Amino acid sequence: MGARVVGTCGAGGWRRARWRAGRASWAPYHCRMLRNALGKAFRFLGYTVQYGCIAHCAFEYLGGIVVCSGPSMEPTIQNSDIVFSESLSRHFYCIRKGDIVIVKSPNDPKSNICKRVIGLEGDKVCTSNPSDFLKSHSYVPKGHVWLEGDNLRNSTDSRCYGPVPYGLIRGRICLKCRTQLGLYENVEHAAAHFNCYSLNFCLLYTP
Amino acid sequence: MAQAQGLGRRYIKAFFKGFFVAVPVTVTFLDRVACVARVEGASMQPSLNPGGREASDVVLLNHWSIRNYDVQRGDIVSLVSSVSFWRSIPFATYTWCLNVVCLFLLRSPRNPEQKIIKRVIALEGDIIKTIGYKKKYVKVPHGHIWVEGDHHGHSFDSNAFGPVSLGLLHARATHILWPPQRWQKLQPMLPPERKPLHREQE
Repeated sequence: MGARVVGTCGAGGWRRARWRAGRASWAPYHCRMLRNALGKAFRFLGYTVQYGCIAHCAFEYLGGIVVCSGPSMEPTIQNSDIVFSESLSRHFYCIRKGDIVIVKSPNDPKSNICKRVIGLEGDKVCTSNPSDFLKSHSYVPKGHVWLEGDNLRNSTDSRCYGPVPYGLIRGRICLKCRTQLGLYENVEHAAAHFNCYSLNFCLLYTP
Repeated sequence: MAQAQGLGRRYIKAFFKGFFVAVPVTVTFLDRVACVARVEGASMQPSLNPGGREASDVVLLNHWSIRNYDVQRGDIVSLVSSVSFWRSIPFATYTWCLNVVCLFLLRSPRNPEQKIIKRVIALEGDIIKTIGYKKKYVKVPHGHIWVEGDHHGHSFDSNAFGPVSLGLLHARATHILWPPQRWQKLQPMLPPERKPLHREQE
């Protein structure tokens, strides 16, 4: 309903404004607000889904930032270090001996572990502890890798749970972010002084 | 001339906009929600592929239902194979019908990431009697499952390579989509002679 628009140029513009004002007053105020809110919510949901999917593709096929915790890779990776992992090596089967990899834990699929690859399939590895007198060796079966932490005394790795299937490997660590945050005990204290410290990147040495 | 250039630029912009929306959403859907795959091999007969090589079944694989790794005994699941082999015709493998094309084409033929489709027989903590494994009785370790094909003797399963880590779980096969006369929902069914001797969890 409402008046028909008569003029299209500026002279008839005031009639157009009045027509619009009249038309607007037909729809109740809360109805329009609800429509606006629903539109905004759907747009927000759409953007969330789109960026979530892009993030999933990036983490799955390219790489991401990982925070490592635990002492089993000292001195290479300290507790609560930030590292960059890339997933391309896993998809193109370029994982080499000596790489540090992120792997889904064989005993708990919901957690990830970070260890160094000591042997690929077919390699001969030493399965006994360093403190044992008699050394025992075995061959890594096909489709598996042998993982060990750098801190051999304080690491549960393939010496405990055996060779790990290649399909559990999630990515390879390529860069470590060297920060001074480790000097502080708790994170709140460190965050207050974050702007005083610089972030240095160093390439992790892989033999 | 300028109008045609503007139109071309608009099309290119629209193409890239669509590309960066459609491709990640599709890839995420196929990786996280569901996908479709064709079953090859005879190791799951008679449940899957009863017709042999002439009529391969096409199954719907549901990733979403196993996002928390909760499987039941008797489910048909697909796993990432822990043994790499190039030609695995005698055993049940399956090829992708819809896949991320570039990653699949660039996969090295030396070590393709094979997926195998088997039935879950036992969960962690169960003690079962094996058929042809190096130990006669096996207690399934924590975080692992025991899978077997329905066609014993023609199946490359846990009786050959032992318990499988739950992290290698890929999807659960929920429906048979093709051929149309075999449309059905796959129910979890555990053969009575393969029940575990002692169940940890009820």
